[in-house]
Amino acid sequence: MTIEFETPKPIVQTQFVLKTVAEEMMRAKSRYFDEHEHEIPWDYIEFMHTAMKAMGVGSLAPKEKSNGGEESKEKRPPIAYQMLATQMEMLSWGDAGMYLITPGGGLGAAAVQAAGTPEQKAKFLARFVEEKPTMGAMCMTEAGAGSDTSSIRTRAVLDEKNNEWVLNGEKIFVTSGDKSITEYEKLGKGFIVVWASIDPSAGRAGMRSFVVESGTPGVKVTKLEHKLGIRVSDTASISLVDARVPFDHILGSPTVEKTTTGFKGAMATFDATRPLVAAAGLGVARAALEFLKEKLAENGVQIRYGVPRQKLTNIEREVIDCEIMLKSAWLMVLKAVWMADNKKHNALESSMSKVKAGDVGTKITQKAVEILGPLGYSREFLLEKWFRDAKITDIYEGTGQINRLVVARQILGYSGAELR
Amino acid sequence: MYSFEPSEEQKMLIDAVGKYAVNDLRPAAREAEEGRLLPPKLVAKGWELGVLQASIPEAYGGFGDRSAVTGALAGEELAFGDLAGAIAVGTPNLFALPILLGGTEEQKQEYLPKVIEGNWTPYTSALIEFAFDFDPLALKTTATLKGDGYIISGEKAYVPFAKEAEAMIVYAALEGVTQGFVVSKGAAGLSVSDEAEKMLGLNALPTYRVKLDGVKVPKANRIGGDSGFDFERVLASMRVANAAAAVGVARAAFDYARDYAKEREAFGVKIAQKQAIAFMLAEMRTEIEAMRLLMWEAAWKLDTVKDDAFIEAYLASTGAADMAMMVTDRAVQILGGHGYIREHPVEMWMREGRGFAMFTGFTMV
Ligand SMILES: Cc1cc2nc3c(=O)[nH]c(=O)nc-3n(C[C@H](O)[C@H](O)[C@H](O)COP(=O)(O)OP(=O)(O)OC[C@H]3O[C@@H](n4cnc5c(N)ncnc54)[C@H](O)[C@@H]3O)c2cc1C
Repeated sequence: MTIEFETPKPIVQTQFVLKTVAEEMMRAKSRYFDEHEHEIPWDYIEFMHTAMKAMGVGSLAPKEKSNGGEESKEKRPPIAYQMLATQMEMLSWGDAGMYLITPGGGLGAAAVQAAGTPEQKAKFLARFVEEKPTMGAMCMTEAGAGSDTSSIRTRAVLDEKNNEWVLNGEKIFVTSGDKSITEYEKLGKGFIVVWASIDPSAGRAGMRSFVVESGTPGVKVTKLEHKLGIRVSDTASISLVDARVPFDHILGSPTVEKTTTGFKGAMATFDATRPLVAAAGLGVARAALEFLKEKLAENGVQIRYGVPRQKLTNIEREVIDCEIMLKSAWLMVLKAVWMADNKKHNALESSMSKVKAGDVGTKITQKAVEILGPLGYSREFLLEKWFRDAKITDIYEGTGQINRLVVARQILGYSGAELR
Repeated sequence: MYSFEPSEEQKMLIDAVGKYAVNDLRPAAREAEEGRLLPPKLVAKGWELGVLQASIPEAYGGFGDRSAVTGALAGEELAFGDLAGAIAVGTPNLFALPILLGGTEEQKQEYLPKVIEGNWTPYTSALIEFAFDFDPLALKTTATLKGDGYIISGEKAYVPFAKEAEAMIVYAALEGVTQGFVVSKGAAGLSVSDEAEKMLGLNALPTYRVKLDGVKVPKANRIGGDSGFDFERVLASMRVANAAAAVGVARAAFDYARDYAKEREAFGVKIAQKQAIAFMLAEMRTEIEAMRLLMWEAAWKLDTVKDDAFIEAYLASTGAADMAMMVTDRAVQILGGHGYIREHPVEMWMREGRGFAMFTGFTMV
């Protein structure tokens, strides 16, 4: 092992390609879809699906084993999560909302990846590399259960006669929920992963997640939210009324031991996805900071790096601080995903990267709007949109506060009961 | 590739340096600060760890190659023990490393073995000037070419071990560009203040004002010879070292405050169980990690000679200085009134914490 920061070649190449996509397919349409909430950018979705299939990137779907693979290839250090984080950063630099509707399974696929058996992974994830673009989503949040996930009310009851789970409940704020379960001509058959309790008396130990296929009777979208930002991404309420799924759609163990394995499945998902969400937030922050520097340069304001702080102007200080925040936050993301790639336990690093990205994303976008004054506030530029988009990073996948709790518990060696 | 794990060799170094920092430097720190004296034996023991010696090639009497990453790892560990001790142990670096990086072959042959063979010997450098707008790239001390030598005039501040120093590198503006000159003990026109400077922190470290009143040095004493050397590279390396030390001190304060918060009770629970405290700790830990990674990347960019190494080192040093102030301030806050009392080390770290905004020039990797 060593300490090094050389971006792996495959990542550099992907960044290069995605930058063009971000500029031409995303930014060019950003304003339109921001102002036409709930319209669907089919061009982007179809383009990305075709492109990703061709490049074999962007999806958590199992890669086809290349026949007669050479030994040397196997030995290369794994970079799958590093690749994903880089892609998410670059696409969110293009448009954070549009990035969220990139086909490939989203948080639904991530949940299967983190908690599913090999058979389940094979069964549920293969669809994302098939003919039509296909979406996945994850439903944890309910009206009465946001940060406090253990108080979800959705129930799953085993119908032993038919060997099926019967789900009942109301989920809210499901990213891509609509595109995952509503049947669209242009989309393949997606699924949502629904968190429910199989034994409410058992608390966290009774929590499980279930794969619910699009087209399942009793499952429907009841509302699409209108939001501050990331408007092109659908945020759905989904009701489940006697929705039946086959027995083997439960992710993880079907029996309730007096442990928290079910809940751990959720946490394992978060360990994997938090740095990725952080990466996406930093893409927005980078967009804002680059725009700020560009506008300042156009107006003849140079940033004098290397000059002592007390000799700098206030604007120079602010820009330099933003740069420090952004670079260091990105390194925290890289470390967290590098740990994931190398199968190291990364709960602490993963949550720290999310805490930092939530802070940095909001601060940088807010600063940029402030410094640019009337330019920043105008809808003539996308900066004001990035200011709105960035805020979500500090809210979903665990709010800034919840991630501080996770970090604090890790560093103090406390349980959830000792620090709540 | 990206990789965030020190090599086996680096881990061994961290381990050895860490033991010295915790078992030797830390226990001596308070008394040294109050008595304004670092025991020479303590410094000698740190020198024997061979951190600098391992950065100098065999040809010049050392046993390794310089790596800013390795130096930064060692620097963080030392500062975790005690900053004054860390700077003292590393003071000869301030003389040796610029020569290694920018010196002519003759200069390396002449000076490096002298510095690193044998015991810790006071070799130092004079960079900082006593002005609020002090800028290493716009020095007020000047060097002028005259005949077969350079005439140096100006005033330097905070020069570690200047009084005893066998020789020091004096940084001065030569036609507006910062360059380094070797000035030996007793040179005509060189005067060192009698008393060590009294500072907000770092009182165990003897630093002095140095006056250069038309000091004449031969042409051969200019680092890099007639064409000089790239000072920005040296400055970047000082900034990385400064960031590493800031991370070390911040980590010391964080660890102390965390342990205290898990012991101290208020309102029937440990104070660490209160979110107001726990969240402060979480943010302290997060910022330490953020700046450590930025500092590592800057060090790595120096080692791999990347174009933006200079900027990155500047960002790391600036960010780490702010971070160290934030973390050490909060450490005092977490101990409450007890944090304000000199029985605990956190107030000392807080005084050091503010210094990183101007300590560049005290350390080098
Ligand atoms: C656009 C969008 C997309 C989303 N996508 C998804 C999705 O795909 N799937 C999904 O399941 N959910 C999704 N969410 C839901 C999101 O994860 C929750 O909104 C979030 O976890 C917070 O829950 P809440 O809104 O109920 O806030 P609350 O839990 O009510 O929190 C309110 C405030 O209290 C703070 N707080 C709560 N508990 C504590 C505590 N113990 N200590 C200190 N402070 C605390 C919070 O930090 C917050 O500031 C999405 C939300 C949005 C807005």
